[in-house]
Amino acid sequence: MSGGNVNSTNASARPWFERLDRVDRRWIFLLMFLAVSGPILWIGVTGKTLPEAPTLAARAVFQEINQLPARSLVLISFDYDPASAGELQPMATSLVRQCAAKNLRMVFIALWPLGSQVAQQTIQDVIRDDYPALKEGDDFVNMGYQAGNEAVMKLLLTDFAKAFPKDSRGEATSNIPILKDVKMVSQFPLLISVSAGYPGSKEWVQYVISAYNEKMNFVTGCTGVSAPQLYPYFPQQIAGLLGAIKGAAEYESMVNESLAVDGVATAPKYLQAQRRMGPQLVAHLLMVGLIIVGNVIFFARKRRGAA
Amino acid sequence: MKRIIPMWIAIIGGFAMMLSSFVPLAESAGEMFADVFNVVAAIAFVLGAGSLAKQHLEKLSRRDAGWGYSIITLGSFLITLFIGLLKIGIHPNPSFPQAAYSGSNDAEGSAWSWIYEYMITPLTSTMFALLAFFVASAAFRAFRAKNTEAILLLVTAFIVLLGRTFAGVVLTGWFPDWASGLRLENLSIYVMQVFNTAGNRAIMIGIALGVAATGLRILFGIDRSWLGGGDA
Amino acid sequence: MRITHKIPRRIVTNQSCKRVAAFVFMLMCYAGAFAFETRGDGSVPIAPTARIVVAQNTSTPPQESATSTPVAVSATPARPLFNSEKTALLLWIVFIGAAVTVSVWLAKSGRPIRIRRIAALEAVDNAVGRATEMGRSILFVPGIQDMDNIQTVAGLTMLGRVAKTAAEYDATIEVPTCRSLVMEAARDTVRASYLSAGRADGFSADRITYITDDQFGYVAHVVGSMVREKPATCFYMGCFFAESLIFAETGNAIGAIQIAGTAESSQLPFFVAACDYTLIGEEFFAASAYLSGEPAQLGTLRGQDVGKFAVGVLIVLGALASTILIVTPNSAPVVWFFDILQKVLGG
Repeated sequence: MSGGNVNSTNASARPWFERLDRVDRRWIFLLMFLAVSGPILWIGVTGKTLPEAPTLAARAVFQEINQLPARSLVLISFDYDPASAGELQPMATSLVRQCAAKNLRMVFIALWPLGSQVAQQTIQDVIRDDYPALKEGDDFVNMGYQAGNEAVMKLLLTDFAKAFPKDSRGEATSNIPILKDVKMVSQFPLLISVSAGYPGSKEWVQYVISAYNEKMNFVTGCTGVSAPQLYPYFPQQIAGLLGAIKGAAEYESMVNESLAVDGVATAPKYLQAQRRMGPQLVAHLLMVGLIIVGNVIFFARKRRGAA
Repeated sequence: MKRIIPMWIAIIGGFAMMLSSFVPLAESAGEMFADVFNVVAAIAFVLGAGSLAKQHLEKLSRRDAGWGYSIITLGSFLITLFIGLLKIGIHPNPSFPQAAYSGSNDAEGSAWSWIYEYMITPLTSTMFALLAFFVASAAFRAFRAKNTEAILLLVTAFIVLLGRTFAGVVLTGWFPDWASGLRLENLSIYVMQVFNTAGNRAIMIGIALGVAATGLRILFGIDRSWLGGGDA
Repeated sequence: MRITHKIPRRIVTNQSCKRVAAFVFMLMCYAGAFAFETRGDGSVPIAPTARIVVAQNTSTPPQESATSTPVAVSATPARPLFNSEKTALLLWIVFIGAAVTVSVWLAKSGRPIRIRRIAALEAVDNAVGRATEMGRSILFVPGIQDMDNIQTVAGLTMLGRVAKTAAEYDATIEVPTCRSLVMEAARDTVRASYLSAGRADGFSADRITYITDDQFGYVAHVVGSMVREKPATCFYMGCFFAESLIFAETGNAIGAIQIAGTAESSQLPFFVAACDYTLIGEEFFAASAYLSGEPAQLGTLRGQDVGKFAVGVLIVLGALASTILIVTPNSAPVVWFFDILQKVLGG
């Protein structure tokens, strides 16, 4: 694991800070691996999670769903694929769980090719396993993936059935009871997008919410890197925002608390976000440590240069 | 001529899309151009697949370094294509039991579903997870207090890194209520919602104007460099 | 430091004719769309939004109101010719368009335009030259989006310039693409660049390849080829997401000189941290005008700055009005001004 292009004789003659600065990056990778895997194993064995204090943005997501009357229609767009499921799946699971528990009628769509599969998996894990009374077609429906990105969003503004002519089972939209009266997207009082990039939350704001800001609310969950890009839209266009696994953990803790039953432990699948905060904590501390070491090297070199 | 026609297609399509935003009667024209794009992109898939096959077959025939991977690529490509087109393991749609291929590829238990769950999911998740390692290495190298701006960046990074985890609560949770704004978790929210939002809005306004100016350059045919440059 | 492009006076003929023709075509599009939408009997179909919606059952509980059955009543209001809700947006487009057009006209009439030096663009020639000296290839990644994304178009514009320099220096340029359509467009762009450099024989379509539409499948290929072939120079120009840091860090590890450009603000910090030069947001879109040095193109940058100035003024006025409104909530002139400002901004 030594730097392949570094001459060993010269390397030993270098001062300590030079050697540390040129350390093979694979050592850093190894440290990160240990920082993440250690807490995963520890939390897996003990089952303990860290407490979460929900922030305003996460509380707003919970509140937007909570205030909807039962049987309200909710459009849930799965704008991500398995690659980012590690970061986004916990929030998608909790969002669907809260909607199912509130007896809202859920319409799932996907603007990413593999989003439909992720939605199907979430339906299986949450609705079919824990809310078996909900019937497909009456209480929820997966419309599957539709190609076209923003063009699909624009079409949803005027004609839902044209944008999604059939569901993922092949059933015509006009025959699906839950969508019988739905003509356009503005008939959904709430739009939820779990988004990993393009097309995603930003495009929903630009093409749909900007047109119907007063008629429908929009809440979203996104990856950590796209959260800074979405904060400018909160709270005007985006009523609630879950940023990365931290936002998911805050929201998950609220949903778990609201649905807690005395004497019954929360299922591990509903603790995924909170469990991932452990590895995140240690990984962040490692990064802080690495930045400090980097600066020690920088100042040592500067002092040597000055001397 | 090879450049004039594409340029005019871009000009007409661009103006039609713009009109469709303002003129309800032109909405269908905008949708039509979007559909045309999708159709053209779908046709281009054939060219893409041809390029992929050619590239790897040539690599195989020349026995280039790593030719074994080309076999895996071509094999995976053909198997997935075969499974997707023939809908292997998918039952017909209950509404149309007579139609053998009426079932959905998303159906549970299908071969495509198996590929999704056991191949695509772990492979893409692994690639995404690489980010954690690269972020650590980039942070080690790039975050140096070289000047005042870099020091500000460093302090902000510490606030957000610690404030977004339980470490922030442990370190500053004991602050009295009157100083709760200085707790790391609250400071990180403040940084994200005020400084980050202000900076991002400025960048977004600049980008939006840049997009508008670029769009106008293309719509007016002033900029033809995307066609390879030079005069039409 | 500023550099000045002195623009020679030119006679405007060709471009003006084309712009007029473009406007005529725009009108034709409009007429075509109207004809397409109008029924055979000349009547105009009803837009879903124009239908009068009446709840069938007025005794429906409040919680059902959102899903109550809408019924299209036989009223047939004609579709409006213009969506008046977007008047403010249209006015802004007209304003920006006018600013750009006037600036182009001024630039063509010989008015000098000062353009800030953009280090990343100044470094392009050196970066290509370095690859030639080292006898290694140049990697150009045009983002992971399709041709309908303006960032991809801007990336291909840069590709044209880089490919021309590479052709002049006799360097090899590799362009792996994530979309088939981008592959075709990139081939045309590079071919034209080689032609204009007088090196048509040096062009090879096989160096511009389609990999896969899948984001991380594409990343795996590009990163793998970077590690194996160790290109001397890497360009990342287009729309990027999570892969930006993976590319930039791998490029850094192999010691390549890296120049990036994107308008994805969330990815800019990664490129800034790991690349030698980065075109930030609007700089990326200004690149083609900057590199061309043509008065018409440079004029659009001036127009863009006029728009930015107007936005800046509105932000300051809005902030002032909001502050005064908080201090004196009943100030009628400020309320009136604030109302006007919101209307101007389309809020």
